[in-house]
Amino acid sequence: MEWANQLCENRQFGSKMTDSKYFTTTKKGEIFELKAELNSDKKEKKKEAVKKVIASMTVGKDVSALFPDVVNCMQTDNLELKKLVYLYLMNYAKSQPDMAIMAVNTFVKDCEDANPLIRALAVRTMGCIRVDKITEYLCEPLRKCLKDEDPYVRKTAAVCVAKLHDINAQLVEDQGFLDTLKDLISDSNPMVVANAVAALSEIAESHPNSNLLDLNPQSINKLLTALNECTEWGQIFILDCLANYTPRDDRESQSICERVTPRLSHANSAVVLSAVKVLMKFMEMLPKDLDYYSTLLKKLAPPLVTLLSAEPELQYVALRNINLIVQKRPEILKHEMKVFFVKYNDPIYVKLEKLDIMIRLASQANIAQVLAELKEYATEVDVDFVRKAVRAIGRCAIKVEQSAERCVSTLLDLIQTKVNYVVQEAIVVIKDIFRKYPNKYESVIATLCENLDSLDEPEARAAMIWIVGEYAERIDNADELLESFLEGFHDESTQVQLQLLTAIVKLFLKKPTETQELVQQVLSLATQDSDNPDLRDRGYIYWRLLSTDPVAAKEVVLAEKPLISEETDLIEPTLLEELICHIGTLASVYHKPPSAFVEGSRGVMHKRLPARTGSGESTESPDVGTAAGGSAPEAAPSIIPSQGDLLGDLLNLDMAPPTTSGPPPPTTGMQMGGMDLLGGGLDSLVGISHSVDPYLGGDIGGSPAMGAGFGAAPAVMPASLNAPVGGGLGDLFDLGGVGMPMGAYIPPKIVWLPAMKAKGLEISGTFARRAGVIQMELILTNKAMSVMTDFAIQFNRNSFGLAPAGPLQVLTPLGPNQTIEVSLPLSTVGPVMKMDPLNNLQVAVKNNIDVFYFSCQYPISMLFVEDGKMERQVFLATWKDIPNDNESQFQIKDCHLNSDAASSKLQGSNIFTIAKRTVEGQDMLYMSIKLSNGIWVLAELRVQAGNPNYTISLKCRAPEVSQCVFQCYEAVLKN
Amino acid sequence: MSASAIFILDLKGKVLISRNYMGNMDMNKVDHFMPIMMRMEEDADSSPLVTHGSAHFLWIKHRNLYLVAMTKKNANAALVYSFLYKMVEVFKEYFKELEEESIRDNFVTVYELMDEVMDFGFPQTTDSKILQEYITQQGHKLDVGAPRPPATVTNAVSWRSEGIKYRKNEVFMDVIESVNLLVSATGSVLRSEIVGSIKLKVVLSGMPELRLGLNDKVLFEITGREKSKTVELEDVKFHQCVRLSRFENDRTISFIPPDGESELMSYRLNTTVSRTHTHTRVHTSPLLHVNLLSSVCQVKPLIWIESVIEKFSHSRVEIKVKARSQFKSRSTANNVAIMVPVPSDVDSPKFKTSTGSCKYLPEKSAVQWNIKSFPGGKEYMMRAHFGLPSVESTELEGRRPITVNFEIPYFTVSGIQVRYLKIIEKSGYEALPWVRYITQSGDYQLRTN
Repeated sequence: MEWANQLCENRQFGSKMTDSKYFTTTKKGEIFELKAELNSDKKEKKKEAVKKVIASMTVGKDVSALFPDVVNCMQTDNLELKKLVYLYLMNYAKSQPDMAIMAVNTFVKDCEDANPLIRALAVRTMGCIRVDKITEYLCEPLRKCLKDEDPYVRKTAAVCVAKLHDINAQLVEDQGFLDTLKDLISDSNPMVVANAVAALSEIAESHPNSNLLDLNPQSINKLLTALNECTEWGQIFILDCLANYTPRDDRESQSICERVTPRLSHANSAVVLSAVKVLMKFMEMLPKDLDYYSTLLKKLAPPLVTLLSAEPELQYVALRNINLIVQKRPEILKHEMKVFFVKYNDPIYVKLEKLDIMIRLASQANIAQVLAELKEYATEVDVDFVRKAVRAIGRCAIKVEQSAERCVSTLLDLIQTKVNYVVQEAIVVIKDIFRKYPNKYESVIATLCENLDSLDEPEARAAMIWIVGEYAERIDNADELLESFLEGFHDESTQVQLQLLTAIVKLFLKKPTETQELVQQVLSLATQDSDNPDLRDRGYIYWRLLSTDPVAAKEVVLAEKPLISEETDLIEPTLLEELICHIGTLASVYHKPPSAFVEGSRGVMHKRLPARTGSGESTESPDVGTAAGGSAPEAAPSIIPSQGDLLGDLLNLDMAPPTTSGPPPPTTGMQMGGMDLLGGGLDSLVGISHSVDPYLGGDIGGSPAMGAGFGAAPAVMPASLNAPVGGGLGDLFDLGGVGMPMGAYIPPKIVWLPAMKAKGLEISGTFARRAGVIQMELILTNKAMSVMTDFAIQFNRNSFGLAPAGPLQVLTPLGPNQTIEVSLPLSTVGPVMKMDPLNNLQVAVKNNIDVFYFSCQYPISMLFVEDGKMERQVFLATWKDIPNDNESQFQIKDCHLNSDAASSKLQGSNIFTIAKRTVEGQDMLYMSIKLSNGIWVLAELRVQAGNPNYTISLKCRAPEVSQCVFQCYEAVLKN
Repeated sequence: MSASAIFILDLKGKVLISRNYMGNMDMNKVDHFMPIMMRMEEDADSSPLVTHGSAHFLWIKHRNLYLVAMTKKNANAALVYSFLYKMVEVFKEYFKELEEESIRDNFVTVYELMDEVMDFGFPQTTDSKILQEYITQQGHKLDVGAPRPPATVTNAVSWRSEGIKYRKNEVFMDVIESVNLLVSATGSVLRSEIVGSIKLKVVLSGMPELRLGLNDKVLFEITGREKSKTVELEDVKFHQCVRLSRFENDRTISFIPPDGESELMSYRLNTTVSRTHTHTRVHTSPLLHVNLLSSVCQVKPLIWIESVIEKFSHSRVEIKVKARSQFKSRSTANNVAIMVPVPSDVDSPKFKTSTGSCKYLPEKSAVQWNIKSFPGGKEYMMRAHFGLPSVESTELEGRRPITVNFEIPYFTVSGIQVRYLKIIEKSGYEALPWVRYITQSGDYQLRTN
């Protein structure tokens, strides 16, 4: 309104020709005046009045009081006036539903006007008036308009169906509009087709199960034809719709790709990205040895590079998507490093994204150039950018071993600049380099120590303290250095406190004589003077360790740390797949699944890439027995996760750079503190109870305070990994051997061989796995009249090579009505033959009377071995590596355990939970199982609080076992 | 699908005009937009996408306006940005310039346009030439001259209306190549690229069919004329009017052009020298030998700059710049402007040049060296001397690059040529194509020490 007034003043002397004069009437009593003008006989005056009303509405003034007067102007023969009245109606109908009815007649009439522009205008506007009463009247006009002879009207009516559906879905279904809309996909006019596709997609999105789009080869063909003739926007609607289709085989996939590739030459970046989405998705189905596959790969690079010449906002969208694409298919852009070099005038958000992609593309071949660039960036003035550049240098060192030395010397140069934040970032990354290349670069510690005083950021202080503690034996004055930090202990952040505690304990273990006082001081600070439960707990653990068994303490605290590996913050493969299906959309920009930020999308299916099919790959089809163990570990790069990364190696998270690749990097003080517990000391503590057990680490970190840290963790991943409910020390003790692990599931004994069939010998039994030994537990009952002796047992060849590991121990003769219980240890080295069902076992039992045969089924869980806990990185890589069509999904009904109870119950049967994340109240447990023959089964168990039905997805190179594994889950969970 | 609503805001975040397309979000949510932007600005942060609760704002800035799309769904972000830019284009066609005033002065038309270009969040017709046929600024009586939607709106040919008539039929083509260059402080070329554009001004009657022939390498390979001088285009983008499938099949550029001015196509060539280009083209015909090292044109930077910027703290800055033109002497670069960055607190500028003139631009903290005409194969010098205050400013300054602007007429760096433009219309008129070539600087940056 201000501007309206101002404008009026400015304008009074100027030209009166523009619309701005309508804003001049904002004086008192104007509503009254307007009312009079609206009811004027003179058409011109009327029109002017409506314009004034709209002007008032535009500046946010409430002119709803004029509703009846404006509606009265609706029946006009002036198109401009009509449009204005319609506009007014759209704005105010909702607040005046009763009066809005007054407009209905005119709408209905206008829908039959001779001029298609008016018909379309009426139907378009009517759909925007979200008043139930009006909606009823809309049906008939809409029906006509959907069949209108003019395509302009039809294309408008098509969209109107989506509008109406949004207001009253039932009505749309009852009226059969959906079918009409589907018919419009075959319309002769491309724009009508495009809008029909858009409307159907929109409706389908809110009703995922409606099967509205019912895509089949015929309809796909129609869409592809329309694709060539639509406007650029229509092309996007169609491409986005195509992306939801799953071709039947590689041949169909290829033929669609061939027809979509020309779109890569469209001038509109959004068309290009939508085409990239379709291609990236369908490519998944093409055999890699196909010529066309490599042709397609080559075709994708140039358009992606060209997107970087688009407007900065589009560049940003493109870069976020390229970030996904290089993770999914690094080969596409591996030669294009230079296009991501940062220009001085790039907006900061573009610079940061380019930097991220540069690191992803860094390799031995281009590292020299990358480093030169990073060094250049590190001397810029933009703080965020500089920090990221410094970290990037560290990441290069870790990723490309050959470059490590050069990176370290570059970092040292940067430390010499004495620019405060540069120094701090450098120290943080150097700590990671130490972890990656132990005993190589420690000579620089002296230089680092010189900068001790300038460190004011917790992360840098903690890193430095970690370095001092870790290399205490090489630093003469380590005790002094650490002591200097101790003075202000209570002012430090939790992260620094924890690190300091661990460092001093390390120091003490290395130089016990000189530092006793120091360690006592820090232990008392941590345990007695601190309110922080994590700090206290860690303090007590150390204390107890040191006082009960110093040797053990040494083994724990100074244990060798697991190496950290190259790739940082890769997106978890299932999420990556989902995001690839959302290329170009907000999800791809946020790197979050739509369910994480769209309300009411919880029930919506997560999109997945199609599985590879067809002849080309048949050699890869899994085979029981041979596909054992998986070759995945060397296939995929291992990963240092960013905080919150699903399958992260929690152990090094204490110090891992918070590489936030999410758009707004939300850094919270909490999160580092939370992670820190896992660091330095405790990681090694864990190291002895289990070789390397990141999960334990996660549990320790999962006490309530930490939970918050996790929850607020970066936007990159929706996951807070394994913040467990059980939490804290309980788990620690559990794994340390104090708690009793729950036993494996043992099914109740059943009768395998009734006496009737075996001349009086009844055999019942079950299978169990006890302390790593598979046992067949049998009860033999003699229901005959004579004594039975000379028992022996034999198995037929079976799927997993089960065989008795010794003779059947029935030493004494079995008299009539006598019963004996026997345990028969089994081995898995017998001859193998695939059985149906897989877990079927044919057994022959002999005694002095005869030989009897029976078959029984064993729970496959007895084959789950104790070392079936896969490392996170390996899990991640394996999950990614196993083709999607090896995945099977099951429902477990009526299970009332919460996810933690389920997890520990399963663990008893050697089903190991590797990670857990919670997304919107749904717990996702990631588990691994190893069968005695080396087959790995990976599982994702989804538990929704309050919902007794679990969903389980199993992935295995030998998908045949999935069914049996599922049965075990069911049995274990329900018993 | 895309936007629930679109707002046009002034610089303070006040809504000038808005359109609620889907009615599924509270329009007042936009009030959160500006505070978030301000907060980000304080943190020296910036993102074209901001979030408030379930509302996502995708915005672009044009002059003193923000164009903001609001959504709560997983919208196609690329589509939204590209649509917002298209809106700007449409408004510019209508109002010449899009700014606060023009929105106010034309709010009725703005409303009409917003109603027409998007429906329920789906972009519709955004071709301003076609829009102008039925959204006009004069009021219409329905029975008399009320416009009808031109068939073009929904036609497969949605960019050209029928019945266009000219007395003289002509086509003017501009082939404009922009050179993007990024040179490191040590003088090595990090990136060098040509972004070319072919612009059309079409003055043709009826529905003409045009076919454009370029010395495109791939086309010549297909047709077996490999000996001629050709250009390998790395990526080509076409106007909506070009039949993309046809191009994909046989590299023919065929189209019915929009009337008046438009950009027919753009292309990109990477000319970074160091790049060893060993992509193997697999030919199906055994007669064609495999072409290992393709003719990537290895272009020297057209204008090469060497500079020495010496800063003597508390006293002076001395600058020496040498500019060399590295193209054939028969061409001449015009309006060459070399911008050399200087610290923001310099004073008392002194210049000496072997040609052209120098200007100190305090608002840009730079020296601009202008050379009206710079023939190929020449080398010029410039020296500048500035005083520095004895008290040093505490503010850290970024090391800005030297940038160069120029244009070289009658010349394309890539060597691209229009071989023919065939114009066929059913009335059979004769039409003349005119072609003009020009090369100009794009993003031309040389980093300094």
